[in-house]
Amino acid sequence: MSLQTPLGKVRGLGTAGNGVHHWWVQRLTAVALLPLGVWLLVSLVTLPALDFVTLVSWIGGTWTATLLTVFILTASWHSRLGLQVIIEDYVHDQGLKTTSLVLSGFVHIILAAFGVFAVLRIAFGSPL
Amino acid sequence: MRPRPLSPHMSIYRMSRYSLLTSFANRAAGAGLSVGLLALVYWLTALARGARAYARAQEVLGSDPARLVYAGVIAAFSYHLVAGIRHLVWDTGRGMEKAQSQRSAWVVIAAAIVLALVSGWWAFRAREGV
Repeated sequence: MSLQTPLGKVRGLGTAGNGVHHWWVQRLTAVALLPLGVWLLVSLVTLPALDFVTLVSWIGGTWTATLLTVFILTASWHSRLGLQVIIEDYVHDQGLKTTSLVLSGFVHIILAAFGVFAVLRIAFGSPL
Repeated sequence: MRPRPLSPHMSIYRMSRYSLLTSFANRAAGAGLSVGLLALVYWLTALARGARAYARAQEVLGSDPARLVYAGVIAAFSYHLVAGIRHLVWDTGRGMEKAQSQRSAWVVIAAAIVLALVSGWWAFRAREGV
């Protein structure tokens, strides 16, 4: 049974109805990013050298390439969700808000695609 | 598009000082980490384009402003990690009492500073290829 008034229904007021999904995915990606983020930080700071050959052979390894791919996808998703909430809270102009949200979505997809492609190219092509 | 729920407005929502500060800082750190993700992808793309492209990109990646960005990302990561764990604990309904959240605010700040200093010190040590 809906407790929404007919007038409220016509005006489209009330909750968007998908807040729980947003909340849940944000938490899910947060939990996944705990081990992934710690792994990436520890790996980066403990790398013995930062020259091209060392970096490429590190990224191209099976474990690194796989985990980096998962990290980029998860972090992009988490970042998109986080920025979405910030935009919704602080951008009040409706047109600017919608534009920012759409733009942020596009940028995150492009970012994820560039990141994953770069890792795969290093892993498969070894651009030495 | 139907309006989505917003965070409580500060003027009508009274939160204790440090909880508000640490919660806002978590957002700011998260936004900073989005910039960090951008830097990570730029770095990976430069590497994927080969040794010569990477050498060119190193003029940007090895510059002083870039080092400032890395330091900022390490600080933001440390904070977002610890404060994020606090938010996940809050999600289970624990630690929401005023006294508890005041105490955990200090734990978060202290742990984040320690984590940032240790990883920053370790990350910026002299290494070949920088």
